Amino acid sequence: MQLDQLYQEIILDHYKRPHGRGLRDADDPGDQVAEAHHVNPTCGDEVTVRVATDGTVLHDISYDGMGCSISQASASVLHELLRGRGAGEAFEVHEAFVELMSGRGQVTPDEDVLGDGVAFAGVARYPARVKCALLPWMAFKDAAARAGVGVSPEVKA
Amino acid sequence: MTSIAIPPGMPQYDDVPRFDVARVRADFPILGREINGHPLVYLDSANTSHKPRQVLDVLDEHYARHNANVSRSVHTLGTEATEAYEGARAKIAAFINAPSTDEVVFTKNSTEAINIVAYAFSNASLRPDADPRFRLGPGDEVVISEMEHHSNIVPWQLLCERTGATLRWFPVTDQGRLDESGLEDLVTERTKIVSLVHMSNILGTVNATSRIAARVREVGALLLLDCSQSVPHLPIDVVDLNADYIVFTGHKMCGPTGIGVLWGRGELLAAMPPVFGGGSMIETVSMARSTFAAPPARFEAGTPPIAEAVALGAAVDYLTGIGMQAIQWHEKELTAYALEALGSVPDLRIFGPTVPVGRGGTISFALGDVHPHDVGQVLDSLGVQVRVGHHCAKPVCSRFGVPAMTRASFYLYTTTEEIDALVAGLEQVRKVFD
Repeated sequence: MQLDQLYQEIILDHYKRPHGRGLRDADDPGDQVAEAHHVNPTCGDEVTVRVATDGTVLHDISYDGMGCSISQASASVLHELLRGRGAGEAFEVHEAFVELMSGRGQVTPDEDVLGDGVAFAGVARYPARVKCALLPWMAFKDAAARAGVGVSPEVKA
Repeated sequence: MTSIAIPPGMPQYDDVPRFDVARVRADFPILGREINGHPLVYLDSANTSHKPRQVLDVLDEHYARHNANVSRSVHTLGTEATEAYEGARAKIAAFINAPSTDEVVFTKNSTEAINIVAYAFSNASLRPDADPRFRLGPGDEVVISEMEHHSNIVPWQLLCERTGATLRWFPVTDQGRLDESGLEDLVTERTKIVSLVHMSNILGTVNATSRIAARVREVGALLLLDCSQSVPHLPIDVVDLNADYIVFTGHKMCGPTGIGVLWGRGELLAAMPPVFGGGSMIETVSMARSTFAAPPARFEAGTPPIAEAVALGAAVDYLTGIGMQAIQWHEKELTAYALEALGSVPDLRIFGPTVPVGRGGTISFALGDVHPHDVGQVLDSLGVQVRVGHHCAKPVCSRFGVPAMTRASFYLYTTTEEIDALVAGLEQVRKVFD
């Protein structure tokens, strides 16, 4: 039984005690603020991710949502990992997380890059749950692009 | 389980037809599987049922021995395939007590069957010479309910958008029953069709439709019943139901996927314009125009799912052999047992009727605030297969204020031990998420 690989303590901790939950206004009135609302149509999970940035640094990543432990813990980890980071750096982490989740359990995560995100390595073995883990990360990518920072050159401000 | 003494002279429990569940289970090869090191506990039959060996054999034999296209060959195989296909139609007609075999239209599934009716209305609405019963426009109304599967919502929303007609809804009570209190105001002279679920795929409610059918007759509208969840589980008689159309799907009743049924009153089907155009549905085709075959062929354009239809006929034979009344009773007992067992789980909230009356063996619930996805995942690790999510009935989830539900659903092969495994699994869920 590999259930504990899926529901790692780290994931359950983030689910039960989420970090930085709740949508916030920008501290700096000069920041660009944008958000994206994503839903998983198969299960009804929802998350809204809001990004506040000066175009270089992601000053805040706030979020709200409802859904399963995997999607909600993933949003908490996303907040923890990317808040306050430079945009370029943040997208490297984003890429590493997406790679981990797309790896069907064959990718060894780098803890230096992914921090608590490594706990999601087990989720990648459950194809039905990968979308749950990725939901906030995809919403983040859209929100960041709307705030003027993009992962690919054509949407980069 | 609580038992109530029935007074002498009344029908007793022992008078009810029964069957040997263990013997039935032996007919279903998949029930021997293990899942994650545990015996399979399949509680998702409302989603799709398993298939007995008797159906799988017929499917196999059709391709191995009788494979040919239907209705267009003079050769032996073509004749055999056509006879098998039409024979299946006759079996299905008898199964639902259809007055005529020609009233059974084979479709891909219930969704397609409902869409055929909706698009027939749409096509008729574009033609001034069409039967007025199918012509829709601004001021006309279509009535459905808050309890519907998306397949009985979206086709009507789209139809109303195309024609300017108005879509109206029967509400659902807190107990998960259809709220008929506004029947007279809801179903009126403006109503052209009422399309209702017979048994809810999410709440398990079996709707008593006779009052609604009477009102539909009074105002001269048409009545469609979505019987996807009832035809597999209870004896269905279309004459008794007093409906104009019923739809159901093969894969939920021990048959294969890819085959469903639209039953319609013969006179109505004959008055309906075609929906899909192509081979088999025509009378004659010229470059100027085409004329169309009589039903059911008019609604079966192209090569149909032949082997699937034949295997659905075998499924009907199988179910008839056991007896639909016996199946209904078996599930009623399971439902009574499950409602009581689930009622003993702390923090568990059942959506829908909590008594085994006017409901079938489909029970949706919430376990505290644990998300159904997580409930389903832990149960799966113990071999227990339940459905989680919105069950293609989002208005029901909204009605009860939750984004998703966990659903256990039973069939003729379900046992009380499996319900015990579910309850034990829910204890495990509580441990993980406590």
